[in-house]
Amino acid sequence: MTAVEDRPGDVIQDSPSGGAAGRELGRARRRKEDGRLITGRTKWTDNIVLPGMLHLAMVRSPYAHARITSIDTSAAQGAPNVVAVLTGRDLDDEQGGLPNAWPVTPDQKAPRHPALAVDEVTFAGEAVAVVAARTAAAARDAAELVDVEYEELPVVLDLEEAVTDGAPLAHPSLGTNVSAHWVFDSAEAGTGDDVEQAIARAREDGIVIERRFRQQRLIPAFMEPRSTVVDPTGEQLTMWSATQIPHILRVMLAMVTGIPESKIRVIAPDVGGGFGGKLQVTPEEVTTLLVARRLRKPCKLTETRTESMMVAHHGRDQVQRLTLAATKDGRVTGLKVDLLADMGAYLGLVTSGVPILGAFMFNAIYKFPAYRFECTNVFTNKAWTDAYRGAGRPEATFAIERMMDELAAELGEDPLAVRERNWIRHEEFPFTTVAGLEYDSGNYEAATSRAVELFDYEGLRREQAERRERHDPVQLGIGVSTFTEMCGLAPSRVLGSLSYGAGGWEAASIRMLPTGKVEVVTGSSAHGQGHETAWSQIVAERLGVPFEDVEVLHGDTQVAHKGMDTYGSRSLAVGGIAVVQAADKVVEKARTVAAHLLEADPADIEFTDGRLSVAGTDKGMTLQEIALAVFAAHNMPDGVEPSIDADAVYDPDNFSFPHGTHLCATEVDTETGAVRIRRYVCVDDVGEVVNPLIVEGQVHGGLAQGIAQALYEEAIHDDQGTLTTATFVDYLLPSAVDLPHFVTDRTTTPSSTNPLGVKGVGEAGTIASTPAVVNAVLDAVRHLGVEDIQMPMTPQRVWRAIQEAVPVAQEESR
Amino acid sequence: MSQISVEVDGVTYSDMVEPRTLLVQYLRENLGKVGTVIGCDTSNCGSCTVLLDGRSVKSCSVLAVQADGHKVTTIEGLATDGQLHPVQKAFHNQHALQCGFCTPGMIMATCGLLGENPSPTEEEVREGLEGNLCRCTGYQNIVKAVLEAAPEVAQMSAGESPVEPATQPAGQRAHTTTGEAAAASVGGAS
Repeated sequence: MTAVEDRPGDVIQDSPSGGAAGRELGRARRRKEDGRLITGRTKWTDNIVLPGMLHLAMVRSPYAHARITSIDTSAAQGAPNVVAVLTGRDLDDEQGGLPNAWPVTPDQKAPRHPALAVDEVTFAGEAVAVVAARTAAAARDAAELVDVEYEELPVVLDLEEAVTDGAPLAHPSLGTNVSAHWVFDSAEAGTGDDVEQAIARAREDGIVIERRFRQQRLIPAFMEPRSTVVDPTGEQLTMWSATQIPHILRVMLAMVTGIPESKIRVIAPDVGGGFGGKLQVTPEEVTTLLVARRLRKPCKLTETRTESMMVAHHGRDQVQRLTLAATKDGRVTGLKVDLLADMGAYLGLVTSGVPILGAFMFNAIYKFPAYRFECTNVFTNKAWTDAYRGAGRPEATFAIERMMDELAAELGEDPLAVRERNWIRHEEFPFTTVAGLEYDSGNYEAATSRAVELFDYEGLRREQAERRERHDPVQLGIGVSTFTEMCGLAPSRVLGSLSYGAGGWEAASIRMLPTGKVEVVTGSSAHGQGHETAWSQIVAERLGVPFEDVEVLHGDTQVAHKGMDTYGSRSLAVGGIAVVQAADKVVEKARTVAAHLLEADPADIEFTDGRLSVAGTDKGMTLQEIALAVFAAHNMPDGVEPSIDADAVYDPDNFSFPHGTHLCATEVDTETGAVRIRRYVCVDDVGEVVNPLIVEGQVHGGLAQGIAQALYEEAIHDDQGTLTTATFVDYLLPSAVDLPHFVTDRTTTPSSTNPLGVKGVGEAGTIASTPAVVNAVLDAVRHLGVEDIQMPMTPQRVWRAIQEAVPVAQEESR
Repeated sequence: MSQISVEVDGVTYSDMVEPRTLLVQYLRENLGKVGTVIGCDTSNCGSCTVLLDGRSVKSCSVLAVQADGHKVTTIEGLATDGQLHPVQKAFHNQHALQCGFCTPGMIMATCGLLGENPSPTEEEVREGLEGNLCRCTGYQNIVKAVLEAAPEVAQMSAGESPVEPATQPAGQRAHTTTGEAAAASVGGAS
């Protein structure tokens, strides 16, 4: 357990045990990367200026669905400082189609996805032409002069309407709005019983709860707008991009453009947040590459915030229909899930797989015997959706945690008691779930009891009862969310069985420099997570070298030639383990050299605190001394290469399953509908922790995004398909006044599937917090007859729900 | 084009600019002061916050010509003589940043806030930074950092303005060097 209620002003103290080699793990190191970030010396892509560089600006469609009948570029071509104006047709021979790496079914339908539209646009904001000019201002001015004639076509925007007969088609050429239909059934898979039977039994003699939930569309809204620079003038074409995935991007660029992969170098310099939103191969990246190649000049394209909101992929957007069966004493016997998932107009890199990730999480921490999940992936004329922090798992967690509260309400019982009756007990791990996953470890009891204690659960329940009693206009509600998630994406063979186009391994290299310094090369690609610090701690611990002597290199395919990048809370649980394995190989190689130099048997060489010594003697050498000896290579054992550097690629056997209990108390003003978070307590179990400061920061940020889904954020389109929330004026990113002070704590149940015992933490807060807040608001007003309020729970929606529910409450009281 | 003369981080610059040029564009494109960043087009995010004569402004909401004859302090001029400003130190110590994109603006807004209210409450800090958006931290550690920095900033202010480096002619003062030294002092700190 760590810091409890760290009130403002407190500082997490560096671990008192820190200092000596071998004591790095678990230490609250301040981050190495901060130095450049707090002094304004960060390398953002948009900072890059190259000789002769041109600036690009996109011409974008104002219509959500239209045929392009003509494009007149002459006025733009003639504008000052404009070098070229290119349309989709101009680039069509080279642009190919943007990749979808996750065809979830063999018959999945996917339209071709050109970087620049050629004949037809299918969402508002889709790019149709690009201007290259000597300044960014000139490019934008000229983009306004490109005259595009459109013939409007019918739009389909609503997910449920899209699957009805006669609905307009997002892509008429496909003949349907359905991209794919994906089913998991525990009876068919042999992982459980038949859910229809469970429901039938419950209808006869039990409880059946049916609900429809709406997962609104969200915008990742990373703070750094996306930017790409391409320099085609070298032997290799170099792309700098604000991306989470330099390695995947390189492979995909080669496939899309036909340029040999060996002739492409991708660099992700400092990247200002991603949250899944920069897990993409974008039209902007491909367009910049094609224009740069054609004009033989370096080119830069930096989007505006409004462009980012409109066309950088969105997240969530599902209609969820659930049927939960339970016995009369509140034991869940089955769950049926029927999803409609909005793909938007195209399938991006993993668009189609996002809802499928949720398929394994609706059963959450519970051990009911029957489960069926059905998902229909649907096209609409909106920006495409794709990964956003949690990707599929927040949607699933929201739905099941809402259902558990509905079950508790139906039973008239405490929601924690109902959960406890159904969850997997700690002694039952490892546990194979009804969805077929093996959860390696967990202790839901410990996390929950700690959260209850920190929250003053009983005290708040008493206050809630008092407020109800005296008809206080401000009512108190308590929301519970006991979550788990699968992360650390992912075992390659599991990804393969789900038709994902790549593996889930990660690579690392360690280079022992002759001067004693250590370079760690990682295939993980940080964009705020603090890898430079955490990886240094791992290597310092493993090799017994000073933290300060470790340099972490990442995000450049020429430096870190192999990698699978950063998403799905995978960096530590996969990439970090690759670092561990590379470090262990370094030690083994050094052992051979040390034995030779110390004239001993390798089996007698002991490695402690960075020193290799002959057992039972005082003879020994430090790892750094061996690095220097190997550099000189004057005295190597016969047949041994003069290097103790090592590479490792780690492919996990299993996901990691962090879990936790989140408790939220909200005050709801029944007269205005305003919601205020009174207290938020979360106890997360992310296994062993490398750096508690970084873990806590990840939790805080995750909470903010999950709470924002519950209360503030929604991408809204008008009936023509225009995004009306395309600025920070309209899309309510929470500020410091909109969020509470969080009380965070941890329990530690080590993962048994990796040598560090770590689990992922990046998405946990986001996954857990949304249902905690929504459950809390509903708990405050449920006695007034309110059963559901759609997210985001704005004051207007809350107020309306209360107004509409009043007659029901009066009816009941008569 | 208009002639302007602006003192930025202690150095006076004279330039011809288009009247429509925003201060943030002037800083980034003309002066190479890319530590100040652009996060939105509607003056909501605050990433571009700088100090204009010691008061925080969003440099996307100020025209370069409006800065004519004034003093601008950016994130790059905050550390002096190789020493981090107390607000920078506190952001580092409290882990008040993750991706760091909002950080320059957040730090400069904090300087502005503490200039007006040297000992704010948690509530006042949250309200004072309402115009600066962060997507990574949930703000909790930012609030803690501001509260940690406040006493030291107040102490500095007791002398002279903590955020306006002494005016020196161009070329005599190499802020880049001192800033880098300050940045280096963080590397490996714990």
